[in-house]
Amino acid sequence: MSHTGRTMGSAIRITNGRVYDPANGVDGCVQDLCIQDAKVVAEVPADARKIDATGMVVMPGGVDIHCHIAGPKVNLARKLQPEDKRLDVVPSTPYTRSGSGGIIPSTFATGYRYAAMGYTTAMEAAVTPIGARHVLEELHDTPIIDKGFYVLLGNNVFLYRLLKEGRREEFREAVAWWVNATKAYTVKLVNPGSDELWKGRRNANISDLNENIDQFDLTPLDVIRAFIETVNDLGLPHPAHIHCNNLGHSGNATTTLDTMRAAEGRRVHIAHVQFHSYGGEPGKNPTSRGPEIADYINSHPNITADVGQVMFGKATAMTADAPLAHLLKGVSGNKWVNADTENESGCGIVPFTYQEKVYVHALQWAIGLELFLLSKDPWRILLSTDHPNGGSFTMYPKLIRLLMDREFRNDEIRKVNQRAIRKTILGDDLAREYTLSEIAIISRAGPARALGLKDKGHLGVGADADITIYEDDPDREKMFSTPRYVLKDGKLIIADHEFRADHEGRILHATPAYDPDIEKAIRPFFEDYYSIRFDNYAVSDRYLHNHQVIPGQIIPAVQPQ
Amino acid sequence: MVETMILIPGRSNKQGTSLNAGKLKHEYREVTSTVEMNQDDMARLCLKDGDAVRLSNTVGEAVVRCKGKKPSDLPSGMLFIAYGPPSSQLMGGDTAGSGMPISKNFEVQVERVDVP
Amino acid sequence: MSEIGQNLRVVEHATCTFCGCVCDDMDLTVDLDAKRITKAKNACTLGRAWFAEHTIEDKPPARIDGKPATTAEAIEAAAQILAGARLPIIYGLSDTTCEAQRQAVAIADLMHGNIDTTTSVCHGPSGIAFQGVGESTATLGEIKNRADLVIYWGGNPAESHPRHFTRYAVTPKGMYIPNGRKDRYVVLADVRRTPSAPVADLFLLVKPGRDFELLWALRALVKGRKIDPSIEESTGIPLATLETLVERMKSCRYGVLFFGMGLTMTRGRHFNSGAILALATDLNEYTHFVAKPVRGHGNVTGADNVVSWQTGYPFGVNFSRGYPRFNPGEFTTVDLLSRGEADAALIIASDPGSNFPKRAIEHLKRIPVIVLDAKDTDTTELARVAFRTATYGINTTGTVYRMDDVPITLRPAFDSPFPGDEEVLTALKDRLRVLLNEKRGGALRKAA
Repeated sequence: MSHTGRTMGSAIRITNGRVYDPANGVDGCVQDLCIQDAKVVAEVPADARKIDATGMVVMPGGVDIHCHIAGPKVNLARKLQPEDKRLDVVPSTPYTRSGSGGIIPSTFATGYRYAAMGYTTAMEAAVTPIGARHVLEELHDTPIIDKGFYVLLGNNVFLYRLLKEGRREEFREAVAWWVNATKAYTVKLVNPGSDELWKGRRNANISDLNENIDQFDLTPLDVIRAFIETVNDLGLPHPAHIHCNNLGHSGNATTTLDTMRAAEGRRVHIAHVQFHSYGGEPGKNPTSRGPEIADYINSHPNITADVGQVMFGKATAMTADAPLAHLLKGVSGNKWVNADTENESGCGIVPFTYQEKVYVHALQWAIGLELFLLSKDPWRILLSTDHPNGGSFTMYPKLIRLLMDREFRNDEIRKVNQRAIRKTILGDDLAREYTLSEIAIISRAGPARALGLKDKGHLGVGADADITIYEDDPDREKMFSTPRYVLKDGKLIIADHEFRADHEGRILHATPAYDPDIEKAIRPFFEDYYSIRFDNYAVSDRYLHNHQVIPGQIIPAVQPQ
Repeated sequence: MVETMILIPGRSNKQGTSLNAGKLKHEYREVTSTVEMNQDDMARLCLKDGDAVRLSNTVGEAVVRCKGKKPSDLPSGMLFIAYGPPSSQLMGGDTAGSGMPISKNFEVQVERVDVP
Repeated sequence: MSEIGQNLRVVEHATCTFCGCVCDDMDLTVDLDAKRITKAKNACTLGRAWFAEHTIEDKPPARIDGKPATTAEAIEAAAQILAGARLPIIYGLSDTTCEAQRQAVAIADLMHGNIDTTTSVCHGPSGIAFQGVGESTATLGEIKNRADLVIYWGGNPAESHPRHFTRYAVTPKGMYIPNGRKDRYVVLADVRRTPSAPVADLFLLVKPGRDFELLWALRALVKGRKIDPSIEESTGIPLATLETLVERMKSCRYGVLFFGMGLTMTRGRHFNSGAILALATDLNEYTHFVAKPVRGHGNVTGADNVVSWQTGYPFGVNFSRGYPRFNPGEFTTVDLLSRGEADAALIIASDPGSNFPKRAIEHLKRIPVIVLDAKDTDTTELARVAFRTATYGINTTGTVYRMDDVPITLRPAFDSPFPGDEEVLTALKDRLRVLLNEKRGGALRKAA
């Protein structure tokens, strides 16, 4: 690619913006930013197109490390709720396809709404291997953003058998095979050990990390340790991504701490940690153990987490944690979907509304804010609502305002159940206000670093030209809801708040090496216990379309700080 | 003699294999133009296998051949026919706001007709 | 794929797309000279007919007003029809790939038309019921591995889905069902004793149109409520039989309720489907229970999925306001035709000209119809523009969703001289974009 004498429209100079690029130590400096084709470069020709960002805030495009936006469960949840869509229509424009909104937008609307919020990358966080092809088809129809997914292996019956038989080498090869076969980004564990009890023992669940998983001679802790070690050994760009056991249950902070300890200094990502930071007795009302969880993460640099903030209003519980969804069905009385996937996973879906006056909901909301406000390292406690479980990703701007605006936060705190607030530190008028730089970290630089995306989340030379330009506004919710310009791969997608182009983003995936002989061990299991042929299982490259292999990284275990 | 019976259009194996050969071909036409009837009902109506009957209702009518089924397999007063152009002639277009026309289990008048 | 002679080859692990079982264990022997499949190992009678009968017919690639035409001419004629229509509708899509279905939705979006699939006259009512009460469901392999109580209601798989019993639900051995058939109790409920009845340990002969009453009585019994013995008179099933069945349902380890169009096409429609889905949900208070509609045509489940992810709604979707709206009864095809509202129709891989109610067919004969099909049908006979297309899974690859939402990639056996549905629809979309752009004064700027 030529950097000189080029007069095509692919060179852009963003002038005079206030740039927030924490990965490169740039904290609100007024400077120009040059873009050639899809990358940030040092300089562009004088005749490059100019975008005047005077008085505006320039950040890398947002990166969502944990959301549920595509695939079998998402599509079931979409189909389930026509009542939620009819008032939130997404008309086509000369550049963009039509769709429907609501808590589970259609694929096109999902891509456009992320882009319209200044986000340019999002990771679907739970995919059954057998559903990977479906996910890739939906992601192909999710425009503008780059995207990848985490494959669910934490309840995989074949892998459990290998662990039970002590075949750790083969386990490692099989994990690598599965990541390749599905085009996944990393490995996801959800409530390890629970599926066997849910499907095989009349909807039971597992609550103790040291309990035997039915006939497997394994405990959830054995499974967690094996996956954390193996994913680190394989050097995937992002470590094992764990939805801990006992999500939503009172007293689950103990389980969460035990899970984090099991990493023994190795990298691990704890998903939607707010839902796992509860005190109290099982079966009784929860209390907050947010401060304790925040402390543990603060002092253990091997751990990253996304918060999974609850936002009041419409949500949808949509999870591979089937027993949890069944519990929420009982709590809410709402319609319920359960979906078992052979040998691989469970799944549950329940429409849900978080209400300010309900003790538990207000407590969940408050614990999320506690985690953010007590975080000492914004690079490792990251922004998410576990969309759509805690609320829609379109609530991120409001969440940002809660973090940046003490007065607004205190006003909101006063509106919610005060009994819940008294169980947290939020009643203490916490002074902390996130800075723009810290917001740039929790919503871009941090997730990109945790994902091992070296070309994202920053604006240094060589970075992907995924850039968002906001008009500065003291109302941070308004500011972050409606960027003035959004560039994806150097292409001007949104200008003056309106779509000016469509774009097909890339599938981001990992390709860890494995010994092909492992297929000889897997194949007989398929013949006996799967309903499709082994040869029809692995997803072919033609489902990738635009894609990028993200190289792995081996990071040694570290000691607590 | 005209009797009112309940018509159940549905799939059959022969319909499935013959439609692969071609829906405009003789076998498919024949399969979808044959109605199964309880043998006791047939005896009462003086019908034997291969006789023609006219099925009719307020929507339309179709002339088809009948074929006997054991009373234990097909209750008295019930008719089964493989889906196809003849059964369509008897289906109403109203879906009661569901998109689905009543396509099984509706009343038709059955009468013997003489067709060469 | 292996070569077994100069002009013969075997395509292993091919997929049969005739019914919703979407069996992917076909080994096809293909005569490349004759362009036909001579043997389909593992196929059922329907599958054997599907593979044997889809040969290359010596026919033109398209017809316009009955006269032979090129594909390009037919695309131009079809685009002109659709561009000039006020309420163009798209219908069918169950016997084609997801890739073609994606293009079809794009066309509906582009032309502000209406799109609906054969789901609306198949398990559309189950889709409506799903929106009301949800569903506990499973992939078929889970049923093979775990189900010890299997109930079929209002369906006749022996004739419509011949391998359903042997491959997935009744006879196969599974992880926790080591002895196959012996480890399962099988129930079949229907209004007539179909060829499927012999498979059952218990056959329930239900009075026609009384499924809802019977299902609701089962729900009540599951919840421990009293049911009057007159239930026998109204439904045909003695109370004692129901009580025993409920006991069995509550005490099984993993139960499944499969249901067919005997519920959706008859009195009660989505209430029937809702009742059976709710029954399975209720049973999850006692044990693990799932319910599954036994879907029909090869990729009707894919159509549901594609239309849902692109629009948010599974079928019966209208774009006339520039965004998708869903309303069964208003935007479903039988209604749009029976009321005489549609003024042009694009029919893809289905045959409403044979199967729709009389009034709907009469309207189809009045309006310009465009059809894509591999075979001649009653619908191609009445069409203004008819494309002959390649057969999915035999001549083209692509993605198909099994009735349990498991996606499978097709392995074609031999080439067709005719274009695939995706190819035709993509070309039609591109041409239509140009025509509509002129009509709308250059408002459509997007190229893809």
